[in-house]
Amino acid sequence: MRAMLALGFALALWQGVVWATAVPAFILPGPARVLNALWSNAALLWEHAQFTAVNLLTGMVAGIALGVATALNLALSPGARLLLRPMLIFAQAVPIFALAPVLTLWLGYGAASKTVIVMLVIYFPVTSAYFDGLMRLPAPLDDLAQQMQAPPLRRLLFLQVPNARPALFSGLRLAVVYAPFAVIIGEWVGSSRGLGYLMLMANGRGQTDLMFAALMVLAAKSLILFWLVEKLAKDRVPA
Amino acid sequence: MTALNLQGDLWMGAAPLIRNLSLDMPAGQCSCLLGASGIGKSTIARLVAGLSGPHRLEGRLEASDGVPLGGRVALMAQGGQLLPWADLVQNVTIGARLRGVRPDTTRARALLAQVGLAGLEGRRPGQLSGGQCQRVALARVLIEDRPVVVLDEPFSALDSPTRLAMQDLAARLLRGRTVILITHDPLEAVRLADKAWLLSSHGAERLSLPQSPTPRDYRASQVLSAQASLLARLQRDMACSRIGPA
Repeated sequence: MRAMLALGFALALWQGVVWATAVPAFILPGPARVLNALWSNAALLWEHAQFTAVNLLTGMVAGIALGVATALNLALSPGARLLLRPMLIFAQAVPIFALAPVLTLWLGYGAASKTVIVMLVIYFPVTSAYFDGLMRLPAPLDDLAQQMQAPPLRRLLFLQVPNARPALFSGLRLAVVYAPFAVIIGEWVGSSRGLGYLMLMANGRGQTDLMFAALMVLAAKSLILFWLVEKLAKDRVPA
Repeated sequence: MTALNLQGDLWMGAAPLIRNLSLDMPAGQCSCLLGASGIGKSTIARLVAGLSGPHRLEGRLEASDGVPLGGRVALMAQGGQLLPWADLVQNVTIGARLRGVRPDTTRARALLAQVGLAGLEGRRPGQLSGGQCQRVALARVLIEDRPVVVLDEPFSALDSPTRLAMQDLAARLLRGRTVILITHDPLEAVRLADKAWLLSSHGAERLSLPQSPTPRDYRASQVLSAQASLLARLQRDMACSRIGPA
């Protein structure tokens, strides 16, 4: 209910700006025009949205899985920490977005390059957020592990992993914010399909309303992802 | 039954904490360590419990049966040792799961009932009061069934009536074990201890206690006078350490 109210207010504001400034429609189309474009291009948008959604989801699943695996590994093995952590910090200093052209060169214009960009972009925030959470075991629980003579793997499984649950979800929230960026950048750099491609095309042809329609589809996608993560964070009760 | 003997100097990193420690803790009885905050009471608790830290004992800590203490000491601390994400049965059986042994949930339930938490087995620590949380911790100590139990100010965060009730419960359920009680509460020491020491940087001073069996009634005149003289002793100790050389 409150969300609907906020949405209505935003639409009214948008329409208000269009009326007040009287900008031409190719600069800023009103909501009605965009909705119309959304409706009349539904099939086109759907087709491109599917391509983007598949890459987005595959990349996210891969990035999260890889990030979680790395964090668990780092938490378990001091040797891995010694070797991998500096690399991880260094890798975080490289803006992954800037690698998009290189990845497109290597992996082509298809789905692979987009999936890999998404994966790389969310890999680091997920890894470091989760790793920090795993290593931040409160002192009394650390004492408990020592008291019970827990081997490292069991300490990880029964104490560190459940304790790091909130940290994992803050990593996932970051992933949800970054992933749509990454997939669009991937498509901008080189693609013949996807919402990012569609936006570039629409922009080039002066179809601003279609561009905005694509943008809305993308926003809807991000919102669904965000809602999904919040729901998981609330619902899933650990054993 | 395991008596403990602790002799030597206790160090914290490169600095001496307590010199000339000599504690003879009898088997199956409650030995109590008192002292100002920061003197090293909890460090002794960690030392006996075998926990790692910056502390070091120059001397020896021995059990009367000659068997190493590792794995034979249970520790109950002030708080924070419960798992907020797990229910009470899981909290009591965490030791078994951490060791990779099948957890005995039947026994966990029985112990939870013994500490007065029957019917609350499915709750989580966040849904309990401070006193109830310490009851869970006590049940966990009991399920571990170790001959030596270290209580590191376990009741200090509780209100007075709850604290008295917990002292009675702990005294009853831990009877027969070698208990080391760390506290700053004179009444707690006088009620529960069979033997008590006041710790200072230059050693441990033996304190006198009533002869009656524990847990002693807090209303008994000998308990009240022992508490008063102990309080006076602690106050003098504090004044000395403030005036004396650092």
